[in-house]
Amino acid sequence: MHIVSLGLNHQTASVETRERLAFKSEALPAALQQLKEEACLSEGLILSTCNRVELCGISHDLGQCREKLINFLARYHQIPSEMFADKLYFHTDSDAIRHGFRVASSLDSMVVGEPQILGQLKDAFFIASESSSTGLILNRFMHRSFFIAKEVRTRTKIASCAVSVSFAAVELAKKIFGDLKGMKVMLIGAGEMCELAARHFVNQGVEQVLVTNRTFGRAQELAGEFSGIAIPFEKFRQELDQVDIVLSSTGSPDYLIGPAELSQALKKRRNRPIFLIDIAVPRDIDPKVNDLDNIYLYDVDDLQEVVTENLDQRQQEAQRAEVLVDLEVVKFEQWLASLAVTPTIKELREQIKEISEQELKKTLAGFPDLSSKERRRLEAMVNAISNKFLHHPINYLKSQDGSGESLPATTIRKIFHLTENESK
Amino acid sequence: MDIIYTSLLGAALTLYTLSMVTGFVHLFRPLPKALIWSKNSIQAGFVFHLLAFLFRCGQAQTLAVTNMHESFSFFALLLTLAFLLVNRKKPMPILGTFVSPLLIIFTLWALVTSHTITPQPPILKSFWLPLHVLLSFAGNAFLALGFGVAIIYLLQEHLIKKKKIKGIFRKLPALQRLDELNYLCLRLGFPLLTLGIISGSVWASYAWGAHWSWDPKETWSLITWLLFAALLHGRMNSGWRGRKASLLTIIGFAAIMFTFLGVNLLLSGLHSYAH
Repeated sequence: MHIVSLGLNHQTASVETRERLAFKSEALPAALQQLKEEACLSEGLILSTCNRVELCGISHDLGQCREKLINFLARYHQIPSEMFADKLYFHTDSDAIRHGFRVASSLDSMVVGEPQILGQLKDAFFIASESSSTGLILNRFMHRSFFIAKEVRTRTKIASCAVSVSFAAVELAKKIFGDLKGMKVMLIGAGEMCELAARHFVNQGVEQVLVTNRTFGRAQELAGEFSGIAIPFEKFRQELDQVDIVLSSTGSPDYLIGPAELSQALKKRRNRPIFLIDIAVPRDIDPKVNDLDNIYLYDVDDLQEVVTENLDQRQQEAQRAEVLVDLEVVKFEQWLASLAVTPTIKELREQIKEISEQELKKTLAGFPDLSSKERRRLEAMVNAISNKFLHHPINYLKSQDGSGESLPATTIRKIFHLTENESK
Repeated sequence: MDIIYTSLLGAALTLYTLSMVTGFVHLFRPLPKALIWSKNSIQAGFVFHLLAFLFRCGQAQTLAVTNMHESFSFFALLLTLAFLLVNRKKPMPILGTFVSPLLIIFTLWALVTSHTITPQPPILKSFWLPLHVLLSFAGNAFLALGFGVAIIYLLQEHLIKKKKIKGIFRKLPALQRLDELNYLCLRLGFPLLTLGIISGSVWASYAWGAHWSWDPKETWSLITWLLFAALLHGRMNSGWRGRKASLLTIIGFAAIMFTFLGVNLLLSGLHSYAH
């Protein structure tokens, strides 16, 4: 019994290949059935996202497993296997376990630490278990994956920081204002990044968006998108005291906003802070304004630096996460090993039960006038002997943590002729 | 009996220290449970501290704030209480971490100063004395809490201005939140301090026959009061906030400490119960 996984992701295959091998979620139940039959899997799971396509399952014969899985993909999607076979990775046993845990914890993602993959994996598992294509092992495997993903999330800082410029701006605004509800944002100019950031701010609940542009029509257009207000470009400075957040990205060669304008605005708004984000190159806002109390200015380089640092930090945190994953892999392997000895233990118990019941019957037949109390005491004695006799062998079996078919289990089966019993 | 009192106070000190350590662990390490530990241990510390105080009051048969030892302990007790109350209204558990060093200093100081119960001179026995002490200490406790908030504000503001957007920046609250909390501490602390001074003056007229006698403690509490009055006025009428308000809170706290400690340790006057 082996856990296997086969698939491709953003690192191994181009988006065209991934598209061609993707599974539609409504077609998954049927695909899972086909997968299990064609690849001889006792349990199966398909994870298909825009960044990866993975097949995971439990196989009892590794020999042809990889080929069978590839053939399944080729037949299902009706494309020749040569087109994608070299882009596939194939993991078995502990490598497959580790791979699954890494995917769930977002260590194998394009943006390490991004949270969507866990949700996608949960959906995939939900579909698979609904169509009863998962069993004892995959169920536990998936639950452990969700668990380790949560562990990684809470115990490392892998997902704690923004990795895009616009999101970094939102995060900063939150550390200045606390809550962005009721805040007013002013957009100066109409850069793409500015617009994206504005969209993030609107999602966070800002109350109003003011838009200004040298071309008033463009300002009106953009204001319409955010149901905001367009302001003529000549007048935007008078409105500065109304807004809490300023996003600027014009093509202006000179500074549009300097300390003088902002000092005045601050006076009018009784020093309530203003957060300015200057995404323009060359810059729109005089860097000197950052020296004013209650004014916070970030330009595109500052934000980029934040993002780069955050990405570095994610890489470092990813290394800590790998350790957590490794620990979990070991634990899961131990569980699998215990699973392998479970049938042996069961059969051992049944065998001795059968023998003692037979012998007890024979003996009791010779003493017909025993009272029921005496009978029970005899039965108890026989039980006690068999339990005590089995105590050490069973403990020994349980303590073995080799994976797959463990040697001690095989030996014990031979000694007690367990396989023979089975074949009877 | 003294061993019970000392042990209770020692337990409080240990728990405050645990709270500080776990709080700082939370700041520098990604252990979400550390902050919960910090919060729980400061709460537990308060319970032991309160028991110690009540025990002491029972022994002394009065509000046990009559000498240096008792004042230190009482100040720390009220500061913890102020934190727990404010934290209930506007949750900011990390504030406990920044206040806990003060709790530790004062509780430790209380433990090492003489525990002897000072018999009160009959002249001091009046309903007004405990009231004066309670109000003044409570006012100072809220203002000291505001000091903790101001420190966090300046730290966070520095990080944002200097663009050091990593590490503890993430663990510290938003500037706006801190400023609101600082204001709240001022609005709670200042009226209490004012009432404390008034009740003291009423009591002085009974005890010493004069409302105000310009002894060093009185002079310095007036200075403190004027500082906070200016801050409150500035906040209400001139839009003082943020960094400026935080700096003034810190100066005000220094004045409180001088009124509280400096006057007793360095100058002598009617209030010098230490000698």
